[in-house]
Amino acid sequence: MESLDLAAQSVREINQFFHDLNSSDTGEFEIHHPNGAHNIAVGLDAPVKVHIRGHAGYFIAGMNKQAEVTIHGNVGWSVGENMMSGVVRVNGFASECAGSSGHGGLLIIDGDASSRCGISMKGSSILVGGNVGHMSAFMAQAGYLLICGDADHGLGDSLYEAVIYVRGKIHGLGADAREEPMEESDYTKVKELLEMAKFNHDPKEFKRVASAKTLYHWSPNSKQFAVL
Amino acid sequence: MNSNQSREESFSYNQKILNYIYQAAETGVYDIRGLGAKRHLPTFDDLVFLTASMSRYPLEGYREKCETKTVLGTRHAKKPIELDIPITIAGMSFGALSANVKEAIGRAATALGTSTTTGDGGMTQEERQSSKTLVYQVLPSRYGFNPDDLRKADAIEIVVGQGAKPGGGGMLLGLKVGERVAEMRTLPEGIDQRSACRHPDWTGPDDLAIKILELREITDWEVPIYVKIGATRVKDDVKLAVKSGADVVVIDGMQGGTAATQETFIEHAGIPTLPAIRLAVEALQEIDMYGKVQLILSGGIRTGADAAKALALGADAVSLGQAVLMALGCNSPHYVLGDENVDVTSEYQALGTSPGYCHHCHTGRCPVGVTTQLPDLEKRMQPEWGAHRLTNYLQTVTMEMTTLARACGNSNVHHLEREDLVALTIEAAAMAKLPLAGTDWIPGEEKL
Repeated sequence: MESLDLAAQSVREINQFFHDLNSSDTGEFEIHHPNGAHNIAVGLDAPVKVHIRGHAGYFIAGMNKQAEVTIHGNVGWSVGENMMSGVVRVNGFASECAGSSGHGGLLIIDGDASSRCGISMKGSSILVGGNVGHMSAFMAQAGYLLICGDADHGLGDSLYEAVIYVRGKIHGLGADAREEPMEESDYTKVKELLEMAKFNHDPKEFKRVASAKTLYHWSPNSKQFAVL
Repeated sequence: MNSNQSREESFSYNQKILNYIYQAAETGVYDIRGLGAKRHLPTFDDLVFLTASMSRYPLEGYREKCETKTVLGTRHAKKPIELDIPITIAGMSFGALSANVKEAIGRAATALGTSTTTGDGGMTQEERQSSKTLVYQVLPSRYGFNPDDLRKADAIEIVVGQGAKPGGGGMLLGLKVGERVAEMRTLPEGIDQRSACRHPDWTGPDDLAIKILELREITDWEVPIYVKIGATRVKDDVKLAVKSGADVVVIDGMQGGTAATQETFIEHAGIPTLPAIRLAVEALQEIDMYGKVQLILSGGIRTGADAAKALALGADAVSLGQAVLMALGCNSPHYVLGDENVDVTSEYQALGTSPGYCHHCHTGRCPVGVTTQLPDLEKRMQPEWGAHRLTNYLQTVTMEMTTLARACGNSNVHHLEREDLVALTIEAAAMAKLPLAGTDWIPGEEKL
């Protein structure tokens, strides 16, 4: 495993190192002393494994393609934002907007994720071992958000086609989100997602939240006002 | 009481307001429409140039050289944008516009040596191929946004707001969401697509600063990053955009257009383009960044005179949107098929409007094939024809701009200055902080 050190190199130098790889290059790298730095390992496009050894800041592994990035610590806002493919795993907790607008790939957060986890997601899968904050999966278009703990209020507000599975308590659903019965295909999907993350839970414990689709067409009958 | 008074129209409840109330009472929803503000606003038409005579030395009409080269993004980017003219094409989405239109715009912009801009929904292959210089928008919706296209861009524009709907998002109604648009946006065909009003991964300027660094990292600091703002609290917003690291700030005044949003937004939010540019320039001057961060002005720029006045007021370039669509036939009574003009007045009437008054971009049933995704309509605006028309239009605008610059004694359009302008109305004088014509009075400025 090749070592890179943010105590000796800049974020710019380390990102450039990864950007200079060919899109088929492999290898395993570890980055020491992240010390909360932002934008580490952004824009990667090679099937490499990257370990960030410590806590990191905003946008870690943003727009990731192919790479498998593991953060051995906590992360700030928008980890794995707009990721296209690959795997990003946070061994600790994630701050706001984790996995926002992700088009593909897998984001795993072992601990809790703060507000707006999975906001605007477009096909990625986000698996959270703990709780998520308010307005998670806001305007989420496609993909799966699996929450092993509780979800704060406003869950799935303005959802499109994304599906949310929650094991714990839902403190409140957002506009147009509704709880739906779990079907066999949902249990199969939850099992598959749990196995991806190596989370040890029973799929039977999960609830399904999806869009009621009343906002799909602009209409005076849509419940867009609290008074209606 | 005079019986004629029973025929007096109420100023507060005139026919327009009555119609609005009747429609609201009937439908229970507000109007959504395209294009920009239709109300009367102070504009660049309210300014005139003090061209040369005895005190200034003019240059010869269209003959003497007048430089139009424009460089944008010199603050941080390794590769600033170099344009032949300071007239750029504003971001407009594939989805709102047809692929033919995007291609025509790209071709015309390339022919004139200027840039065009993507829009909501991402970058199409057609527009990348046809555009020598393409600005890639980072929009709140992130529809179709991906790092591969980001790396293909010549510049990046983070859209915080639009002049037509500052603080609001847009709507692409289901009629315009065909198979290709739906696929690009990862949404089902035929559903109304809401474009978010705020970004999913950052909120304030401190976050934006880190977001900009992320984009720079991913593009290896090569291309400029613009921040586009809908004109409201312009001074604060420009300063915050600069603090966040913008190379270029785009200010979009309330005359700016949109493909679809609530009419109440279009007519009642934001400030006009005229005061917006003055405030933006003052903001940069106050933080000693004028000339270091470039300014692009958009929102109702239609003519060479508008462009010249924008530059005189301190813009480095202007950006055109609605005028581009009109050059391609928007609101024309006919489209061109071979050598024939095909009259489509009846199709405008079917939309409840007439040529010259249409703002039904949101329906996707554009009679001249500009703002549509319907194949039968789209083919009415062929890329080659459109590119020719738009090239002519942009060339005319450029020639008018250089004509005025020469008449003011400038061999470079960027040498136009505020001192070249006066205002024709008190409102324009106050908003632009220019003297009222024939006086040395600037409303709001006390003489010592």
